[in-house]
Amino acid sequence: MTVAFYIAGAVAVIATLLVVTRRSTIHALLYLVVSLFAVAVVFYTLGAPFVAALEVIVYAGAIIVLFLFTVMLLNIGGEAGPDARRRLRPASWIGPGVLAAVLLVGLVAIIASGANARVGGRAVEPREVGVALYGPYAIGVELASTLLLAALIGARHLGQRRREPDGR
Amino acid sequence: MAHVPFEYGLYLAAVLFLIGLVGVLVRRNLIFVLASIEIMLNAAGLAFVVAGARWERPDGQVMFIFILSMAAAEVAVGLALALLYRRVFDTLDIDEASRMRG
Repeated sequence: MTVAFYIAGAVAVIATLLVVTRRSTIHALLYLVVSLFAVAVVFYTLGAPFVAALEVIVYAGAIIVLFLFTVMLLNIGGEAGPDARRRLRPASWIGPGVLAAVLLVGLVAIIASGANARVGGRAVEPREVGVALYGPYAIGVELASTLLLAALIGARHLGQRRREPDGR
Repeated sequence: MAHVPFEYGLYLAAVLFLIGLVGVLVRRNLIFVLASIEIMLNAAGLAFVVAGARWERPDGQVMFIFILSMAAAEVAVGLALALLYRRVFDTLDIDEASRMRG
C-alpha cells in the first residue's frame, strides 16, 4: 500500500502537468479525470475511503461531466483558440513557472522543518465522518447547502437567454 | 494502510497546488483557468485529508467535503459565466475581458 501511494502520487503530478500544458480542451479534461482518480487512490491509501469515493463520484463524475458538457455546448473540441499557439511558448510561461518553483522551494522548506510523523495508521471510517459532519459541523452543512442553493440560482440567472438592449 | 511520512502527502499537495497556480497564471482560455482552479481546490483538500489521516480524526475529511461542495458551486457559476462570456465576446480568451465596460 505504501508503494501505491508513491505510484498514485507520481501519476497525479504527471497527469496534472499534462492538464495545464495540453492544447486541446478535451484532452486536458481527460487528463484531469486521470489526475482526480490518482488523488482518489492517494486518499484510499491514506485511510480515507469515504472521500476517495466522493472524489470519484463528485469530482470525476459530476464536475468533469459539467466541464465536458460546456465544451460540447461551446463547440471548442479542437485547439483552444489562439491561446494554444501564442501562449504556450516558453517566453510566456517561464516567469510564472520560475515564481511557482521558488514558492515550492519555500513550502518544501517549511514542511521539511516540521516534526516527523507517519500517516495512515488506521482508516477513518465513513461512520466517524458522518457523526462529525452532523455533530459539531452541522452549521457547516447548513452553510454548504445555502452556498449550493445560491450557486444554483446564480447559474440559472447567468444561463438564461435574455434580450440584450443593444440587440446583441 | 500506507505508512508514508506525513511530509510526503503535504509535498504532493504543494506540488499539485502550484501546478494549478501556474495554470491559472499562464493559460488564457477560460475553461483551462477553471480547470486549474479545480486542481488548486483539490490540492487544498488533499492537504486537509493528509492532516486528518495524520491525527486519525474525521475532521480533515469533513473539511474536504466542504471544499468539494464549494468547488461544485464555483464550477457551476464559472461555467455559466463561460457560456455567457462566449456569447458576448465570441471567444474564451480572458484577455478580451479587459475591454469590458461597466
